[in-house]
Amino acid sequence: MSEPKVFEKPLGMRDFLPDMAERKRFLELRIQRVMEQWGYREIITPTLEFYDTVGAASATLTNRMFKLLDREGHTLVLRPDMTAPIARVAASLTDAPYPLRFLYHASVYRAQEQEAGRNAEFYQTGVELLGEASPGADAEVMALALSCLQEAGVKGYKLALGHVGLLDGLLEENVDDPRLRAELKEDLLRRDYVAFRQRLEQSALSCGQQERLLALLHVYRGEEGLSALSRLVGGPRSQEALVNLQEIWELLNGYGVSQDVILDLTLIGFLNYYTGAVFEGFAEGYGFPVLSGGRYDHLLRRFGTDAPATGFALKVDRLLEVSQIQPEQPERVVVAYRPGQIRQAIARAQALRRAQPPKAVEMIALPDGWEAERRAAFVARQKRRGVDEVVFLEGEGLT
Amino acid sequence: MSHLVIALPKGRILEEAHQLLTKAGLPLPPELEDSRKLWVRIPETAIEIILAKPMDVPTYVEYGAADVGIAGKDVLLEQSRDVYELLDLQIGACRLSVAGLAEQAGRPLRRVATKYPQIASQYFRAKGQQVEVIQLHGSIELAPLTGLAEAIVDIVSTGRTLRENGLVELEEMMPITARLIANRVSYRMKYRQIEMLLDKMRRQLAKESGS
Repeated sequence: MSEPKVFEKPLGMRDFLPDMAERKRFLELRIQRVMEQWGYREIITPTLEFYDTVGAASATLTNRMFKLLDREGHTLVLRPDMTAPIARVAASLTDAPYPLRFLYHASVYRAQEQEAGRNAEFYQTGVELLGEASPGADAEVMALALSCLQEAGVKGYKLALGHVGLLDGLLEENVDDPRLRAELKEDLLRRDYVAFRQRLEQSALSCGQQERLLALLHVYRGEEGLSALSRLVGGPRSQEALVNLQEIWELLNGYGVSQDVILDLTLIGFLNYYTGAVFEGFAEGYGFPVLSGGRYDHLLRRFGTDAPATGFALKVDRLLEVSQIQPEQPERVVVAYRPGQIRQAIARAQALRRAQPPKAVEMIALPDGWEAERRAAFVARQKRRGVDEVVFLEGEGLT
Repeated sequence: MSHLVIALPKGRILEEAHQLLTKAGLPLPPELEDSRKLWVRIPETAIEIILAKPMDVPTYVEYGAADVGIAGKDVLLEQSRDVYELLDLQIGACRLSVAGLAEQAGRPLRRVATKYPQIASQYFRAKGQQVEVIQLHGSIELAPLTGLAEAIVDIVSTGRTLRENGLVELEEMMPITARLIANRVSYRMKYRQIEMLLDKMRRQLAKESGS
């Protein structure tokens, strides 16, 4: 491999220059305020975790994790998501006063194979609600997710809601062969409906069974969806899941957000990770989901505690692309002074910084023998830098 | 209602795709294929067509630059893009095959040239064969003739190109048809529009297979 150029970064890593960094911070804080209003508190966990614990519990594929060795030879990973680290923390809190409501801002890391330009470091802001199995918890995180999208200035957002229990239940009730069941689920996971249909047609399943499974592929709007689904369920597992979905729907109605939610049973997320309601958030005119989440009741078991949990992560990088909101910036002022005027300049700058509303003040020394004729050019240059106002300390006041 | 952007592949499949869409009731302009325009608005509908290289159609759809698209299964397998595969359009039918000189039959392969390096290496790996895969961008048939590789992996429809170059099909790998694909967000956000298009095409396909 050739030597990296001095300005190069490792593949998939990015710099955020001030304009973008300010937008990102502004958006994160706006969203954090909403999460705090719902009782969530910030938690910070380390960037490096053990591969054998957090890495293995994560939904991310092993071959997409960044791994390194510590001095004792343990394999470490750059955290591939925040859900597993938070589950680790929650499980370690003895006598944890459940429910726990955590929020986080963190970068997560996933190695990319396909394209050179794709990111490998992602910024996520999210919540985890641990120790609550009720449909109220599912509805709460979904309603909160919608509030966050609204607060982030996302236009035309929608949430797609699926249910792993309902999907698994319907597959179990209609397909006896566990291998065929796994293959059908795999087809849905790969979003390959053509293969799903072909597999059904070639199977020995009855017409009724095939029809019930094909109905899975529909995307439904709200109530019509729930009544359509009630005609499909036949066994205890899917029945229980349907009741759960209906209760969640009722509560989403209670939050007044059900018009922003569509039902999509093919939503699985990751294989064998989520256990109940799962959801993804979309913005109009943007090709990738801007958030994803769901219930994962088995994860904490891997850390030695049994507690149900749900949560979601907003993809901050994508939100930055769809958000219509610009940060509120203080007025930017330059105090320009001649040699010998630095004390007055400091006093002036400090006063402006303490003014109401406070200003963002830079001090710039003018060279010796600076002539007043050059003032217009100086001001023009500062305006190009985004400065709103230039103050010359020459006894002539503001320009 | 927002527009539905359909990505169509230039070249081999375009004529059949054009016919299928027209018969399914989409008022496409007849000169779609001859025109040099890459972006066509269909009057009196909420539909726009973009014409892309076949290998690029899944990319436009994955990123949401197009809502739906028509792509060959060969391209989908090679690229493994995150898109919905909604319907087998049964056009552009052909097969992926291993081909080479007749005397190569039954002999182990060391080097294989192809436009489909992912598919080829997966195929040989799954069979436990250790094969070096060489990526080429066209005129693949040259590879066995020049000794660059013993065999090629490519799509075969009539087999004429192979015959004209003195090559034979050594192994059929899998049948290939064109598929209707959709962006994962568009499929939820523009579900009704996409479902309407799907419905029209399904009905046309049923009519054709019935006749």
